[in-house]
Amino acid sequence: MILVDTLIQGILLGGLYALFAAGLSLVFGVMRLVNLAHGDLIALAAFVILSIGTALNLSPFVAVILAFPIMFAVGWGLQTCLLNHVLGDDILPPLLVTFGLSVVIQNGLLEIFTADSQKLTAGAIEVQSLALGPITVGVTPLLTFVSSVLVIFALNQIFYRTRLGRAFRATSDDSETVGLMGIRPNNVFAVATGIAMVAATIAALYLGIRANFDPSIGPARLLYAFEAVIIGGLGSLWGTLAGGVIIGVAQALGASINPEWQILSGHIAFVVVLLVRPRGLFPRSKD
Amino acid sequence: MSDQKNLTRLLQLFALAGLALLFLVPVIGSRALVQDLFGVLTLFILAQNWNLLAGFAGMVSVGQQAFVGVGAYAMFACVILLGLDPVIGIAVGGITAMILAIPMAFFSFRLAGAYFAIGTWVAAEITRLCFAQWKALGGGTGTSLPKGTTKTMFGVPEIKSWLGGSSSAASDALTYWLALILALATLIAAWLFLKSRMGLGLQSLRDNEEAACSVGVNPTRLKAWVFMLTAFGTGLCGALLFIQITRVTPEAAFSVVDWTAFVIFITVIGGIGTLPGPIIGVIVFYFLQRLLADYGTVYLIVLGCLGIAVMLFARRGLWGLFTEKTGLELLSLRQLPPEENQAH
Repeated sequence: MILVDTLIQGILLGGLYALFAAGLSLVFGVMRLVNLAHGDLIALAAFVILSIGTALNLSPFVAVILAFPIMFAVGWGLQTCLLNHVLGDDILPPLLVTFGLSVVIQNGLLEIFTADSQKLTAGAIEVQSLALGPITVGVTPLLTFVSSVLVIFALNQIFYRTRLGRAFRATSDDSETVGLMGIRPNNVFAVATGIAMVAATIAALYLGIRANFDPSIGPARLLYAFEAVIIGGLGSLWGTLAGGVIIGVAQALGASINPEWQILSGHIAFVVVLLVRPRGLFPRSKD
Repeated sequence: MSDQKNLTRLLQLFALAGLALLFLVPVIGSRALVQDLFGVLTLFILAQNWNLLAGFAGMVSVGQQAFVGVGAYAMFACVILLGLDPVIGIAVGGITAMILAIPMAFFSFRLAGAYFAIGTWVAAEITRLCFAQWKALGGGTGTSLPKGTTKTMFGVPEIKSWLGGSSSAASDALTYWLALILALATLIAAWLFLKSRMGLGLQSLRDNEEAACSVGVNPTRLKAWVFMLTAFGTGLCGALLFIQITRVTPEAAFSVVDWTAFVIFITVIGGIGTLPGPIIGVIVFYFLQRLLADYGTVYLIVLGCLGIAVMLFARRGLWGLFTEKTGLELLSLRQLPPEENQAH
């Protein structure tokens, strides 16, 4: 029974990791861009939610709605002003620029908000739980998981069912030909990054409610997110959810054996999956 | 043309004079200067190794801290568990790092391009978490070198009687000279390697992989060599660094900011893919750090912005700009046609 409990906690934790990874997966799918600042952008989103919540005395669940347009604008601006200029065959510039961005954001947050741990307080919901037969699950982890499924579902709908999604896929396939059809690849990329930042804001909400955060948490979240994306297979959104769940379950199992092994076992699960299936579980395309 | 040749000569002379001066620093300079320059030299060694890896072999690793940490821990294990001299520990550190590079390459070479960066980072995290479990070396809280180890290590008593002053100053001088020799060796080895047949193959791979393969260059083998050799250099440097620091913790030894982020910015700002680039970068880094020392993390922000600006506007960094403007070159990797052919 303890094992089943651990597995369920792991799956719910995996939902959070899938949320971290959703934006990353979308951006990679559209423009093959690897954003090393993604974790720090999640941290930034958490601080934006916190600031709005404290300034206007709102619950984080309301503050997050106000944070969406801000973070969308951040993503759009970053892509337009910075990242569009470094996209290309050479992988070095985008990697180094996003790495630089990561350091700038992290230390910028440190200057403004200091290194103190912060938390988003959501009230009673934080400690409520549901009894599902013999297993008890927390409401917040459950909500996190449901949100991550909804986010992945929504992103998939956008990607495969809308006009915008068609533009995403077409630009991803051939950004030059798309230009002939009256689509500006740079605008498409900017919108994609904006949407990815909205997903990151949702991730930040649950991250902040679940645990303490400070400006230095970005890189670790980035690694979990990347592991989820790579395990799932590049460009597959549902694969990303599966990848997040695998990392979550591995961490929960590791932690149940020895608390010091939690993070380690997540990383090791990633290595094992890659050794067995170098291109992830559900690779979408041949790149 | 002869003007330019003369200028190049002059530049080379300056470089040699600067080198001679660097060797004399522990004799004529203050101890604070020796310690500062030790930091600069070790950062240069790390940066040159990363430059070889990323700038010449196209492998952007964010996991170099794994080799620094393993080198440091191997040295500590030699001293604490085996009772060896720390100077021997440095060599062991380098070799251990090279051995670690084998499984790490086996894993991370499966990841193409940008995902290689994440793969190496994860591998470094795994190494850090494993070393944090090593209870004999303090586990998560780390450990210190036994008291007096650095005062009696190989060469220190001799240097002390020669220079006068305290044992700690003599041990600083020793680590400084070792760092200087290692820095010089790294630079020369990198130049020789890049001028060699293998180096030529490496640069041809970077410029056009298909064409290079068609004339018989084996990319995986070449890259594996570079990965292991740079791991060796990085491990040596890591062990040396922690002799001077005398205390090791998993967080400090495997710090991604100290041993990889700084190193990346130094290389990028100075000029990635050029041999003098890291030298320029480390000088800029040193003065920036001095200048902004009182403003906390602001210098990291400035460093990040500078790195981004360089990538946007001048991809070959400051050294690239300099050679472009003046036509002067140092440690050029250009292959000139043989002399007889020119005479015709």
